[in-house]
Formats: sequence, C-alpha cells, structure tokens
Amino acid sequence: MNDMQSSLPPLLTFSDVGKSYQALNGIAYQAIRGFNLDITEGDFFCLLGPTGCGKTTILSMLAGFEMPTSGSIRLAGETIQGTSADRGVVFQSHDSLYPWLTALENVEFGLRMRGVDKATRRERAIQQLRIVGLAGQEKKHPQELSGGMKQRIQIARVLANRPKILLMDEPFAALDAQTRNLMQQELRRIWLEDRVSVLFITHDIDEAVTLGTHIGVMQAGPASNLKGIVRVEIDGERERTQSSFIEHYRQVHAMIRDEVDKSRRHELSQSAGA
Amino acid sequence: MNNGTLHKVLTHYVPYLLGFALLFATWHIVAVYSFKSVLFPPPLAVLRKAAELTASGVLIEQASVSLARIAAGFLLGVSIGIPIGLLMGSFSFLKKLLEPFTEFLRFIPSVALISVAVIWFGIGEESKIFLIAYGTVFIVILNTAAGVLSIHPDKLRAARTLGASPRQIFFFVALPAAMPEILTGLRIAMGNSFTTIVAAEMIAADRGLGQMLWTGRLFMLIEEIFVSLLVLGLAGFAADRLFRVAITKFGGKYSVVA
Repeated sequence: MNDMQSSLPPLLTFSDVGKSYQALNGIAYQAIRGFNLDITEGDFFCLLGPTGCGKTTILSMLAGFEMPTSGSIRLAGETIQGTSADRGVVFQSHDSLYPWLTALENVEFGLRMRGVDKATRRERAIQQLRIVGLAGQEKKHPQELSGGMKQRIQIARVLANRPKILLMDEPFAALDAQTRNLMQQELRRIWLEDRVSVLFITHDIDEAVTLGTHIGVMQAGPASNLKGIVRVEIDGERERTQSSFIEHYRQVHAMIRDEVDKSRRHELSQSAGA
Repeated sequence: MNNGTLHKVLTHYVPYLLGFALLFATWHIVAVYSFKSVLFPPPLAVLRKAAELTASGVLIEQASVSLARIAAGFLLGVSIGIPIGLLMGSFSFLKKLLEPFTEFLRFIPSVALISVAVIWFGIGEESKIFLIAYGTVFIVILNTAAGVLSIHPDKLRAARTLGASPRQIFFFVALPAAMPEILTGLRIAMGNSFTTIVAAEMIAADRGLGQMLWTGRLFMLIEEIFVSLLVLGLAGFAADRLFRVAITKFGGKYSVVA
C-alpha cells in the first residue's frame, strides 16, 4: 500500500491502529480499523478524506489526546502514551491562543514552560514570528490580529518549540478563500526552508496537492482505513495551473470520489434510519 | 500633553465629568425649584454638611468603619470562594458534591441572616464580616466555576502539546483564562457587600454609614442622611471602576464583560 521507497527508518509508525467509541445508544462505533502508516522524517504528509472518515481521530491519537483501542503508534521508536512537546498541534480554531498574552508571549509559551531562559526564548520567538511573516506584530494581542495572522501565531508557537513532528488539523478551513490560498503558499515556503515533518489533516484536494509530499487518501467511515498514498513530486513553489499539479489533482480526485459517494450514502442511510 | 493623551481626555474623561455635573445639576434643580422642601436638601447644602462632618472627623470615622468591614468580609469571602470555585470547575465530582450547598445557600440573602449573625456574633465587627463574606462567597464560587468550565478545551490541549505540566496548565492557562469571569463575580459580590453592610449596620451596629443613616432618621438629620448616601454612592462607584479596569486588563481590550 505504501509506495515510498526509503532507506531511512520511519519517524512515525501506525501499526494496526483501531479506535472505537461507545455511542449514546450503547452500541460501540468503530471509527478506525487496522490503520497502518509510516511517515519518514521530512515528509509533509497530508491525510485527506471525506467528512466523518476519522482523520481527526488519527491526529487526536497521535497528539496523545486519545488512546487507540488497539494497535500502537510509535514516534522515533517510542510508543505514544500521551501528549508531549515532541508533537505540537496547530488547531483549526484560534481559541487555542491565549488572549491575555501578546503574539510574542504566545510564541514563547512552550519554551517558557520548559524552562528555557528568557533571553534565548525571546530571541527564538522573535525569529519565529519573522519566519511566519509577523515581524512588527510582536506586541499585539491575538484578538487584535486577523484570522490568518492568528493561524500564523499558532504555527510560530509550535515551530518555536522544535517538535519532532508538526500536527495540523485543518488549520486553514475557517479562513476566507483568499487568505486560505495565501496561507497555503506561506506554509509551503516555510516548510521548504525548514523541512519539518508534518501531518496535515484536510478535506481539500487542492490544499493537499499544494502542500504535501505525500497524500494519504482515507476510506469513508465507519471502520475507516487508508485507501492509498499518492506521492507528489513537484519541487519548489506549486501553482494550481501547472500541468503536473493538475495531473496529481486528477489522480487524487479519482481515488476520493468513490469515498465521498460512500460517505454520503452512509449519512443518508443513517438519517433515514433515525 | 501629546495628541493621544489629549484625545483620550476629550473622548473619555470629559463626557464622564459632564455626566457627573449633569447628575448634580439635576439634583440641584429638583431640590431647589421643584421639591422646595427641607426634607430634600440641594447638593450644595449636602456638600457643606459633608465638609463639616469631615472636619470634625465623624464622616471619616463612620465611612472607614463601614469600608473596613466591607474589605474584611469581601476578602474573606473571596479567599474561600475562589479556591472552591476552581475545584468545582475542575472536578465534576466535587461540583456534584458541593452544588446542593451552593444552590441552597445562595438563595438565602445575607440580609435575611442578620438576626442569626447578631445572635451568633453580637453587634460588633464579627457579625458584619460574616454577613459580607456570606454574601460574597457563593457569587464568587459560581462565577469562578463557570469561568473554569467555559475555557475552550483547545487552550488546555495546546498547553499540553507545548510541554506544560498539569500544575503549569492550572496557573498559566486555566487561571488567567477564567480570570475575566472570576473578576465579574467579584464585581457583583462587591455591589452586594454595599447592600449588606448598610442593612446590617441599620439594624445592629453602633458605628458605620448604615448606623449614621438610621440615627439620621430617628433625629430627622436629613442632611446627614444625604451625606452617607453620597459617600456610599461614591465608594461603590470607585470600587466598581477598579474591577472594570482589572477585567479589561485580563480580558483584553475587546473583552465583552467589561
């Protein structure tokens, strides 16, 4: 299933991961079943799938917010037991930012909690804010900045902490189309400079082809799994009008179309049964 | 004075002072031209009386007695209420365990407990401090618990993935995130304290602004009554402003609660 050929040992491994929930009616709901995935250091892995396919569950288990009900997840050889600064999360909503702190203090937060001295953390936070394009906004509070800028603070806050992998849960889904495009280009630029490993959750094919080195397409839930992985081999900046971009788009689109239909049929049958 | 300060003075303080001037002007007009009674003294007469009572030391003494009682009872109530509220907001077991107490007791107004307080503690300081602490503690508990419960889970999750320990999350995330609501609880409780102290001092006290009101009634000292009303209004206003400033500071300038 995994088509990448790499001599490096994987940074991150999902082995036969399953997750079920106890639904309100008492019946167990199997969200994920037998999920396997390797991610190599430096990959920008986009996990793409229709609504309700369990992609956020995957991220949530990787972050350590929830535990798998079966199987295991290992990062750099160690089984994940809970949350850790190794796995920083950029959330969809800016409610995760701290409005009583300035942009700079938000970015410094992780370093401060981990006991990094003031001069070092301040220097690193200022540098990180410059990288995400927020130079000069250090003293502003999040609520004084636009939606796109708030997401930049979130990205800087996690990157300043130097995690082993950056987890992003549809971070641009709540932005307007213009800002979303801009943020995708910016994230691509930041990643090209720094090559941090990323797991990026999205339901937008465009976004996945713009950002990913790999796109993992999820099956529709329940008992969801990975349908296949597409490797995106376009170097440098990516444009939606490039023929290679369109080719990759078609390939992913063909894979996901059936799953979107399936997920829609499942939703219809659920609502008919209710 | 630079342009920014001037602008702030013009848009912020000048309307405020105008508002106060209008309040006193209305009072003056109603008292002098409409009411025309010795039972409704105009502001100048009240201010003259206030100056007289200040010079003789009576006003300062009565006011400071009442304010000291408010401060002591309020601080006691807050220092009990905030920790309990934080615990109730953090642990649903404790919330369920303590809710019968808070939900029952908060509906008994502190003025209703004056008789009990006097029987238990006498007419001295203890009964007043008890009553104000009682009126403060439940409002503070409820608002603090609500503040903790309303923290967006992503704020706490983000702190965990940034490497904060549970203790750090409590002090550096949960507490500041709940602070605007905690301060709102304090602000409401402070308003209640003024009601409570006046009622308690009117019924059972030998000193204080409430007692001054009551003896004013007995001896028809109408100007003294108005002086104590004026002092209550101004002290309450000053206390409330302090809380508003604190709430704005914690909630940011776009805070909705202030």
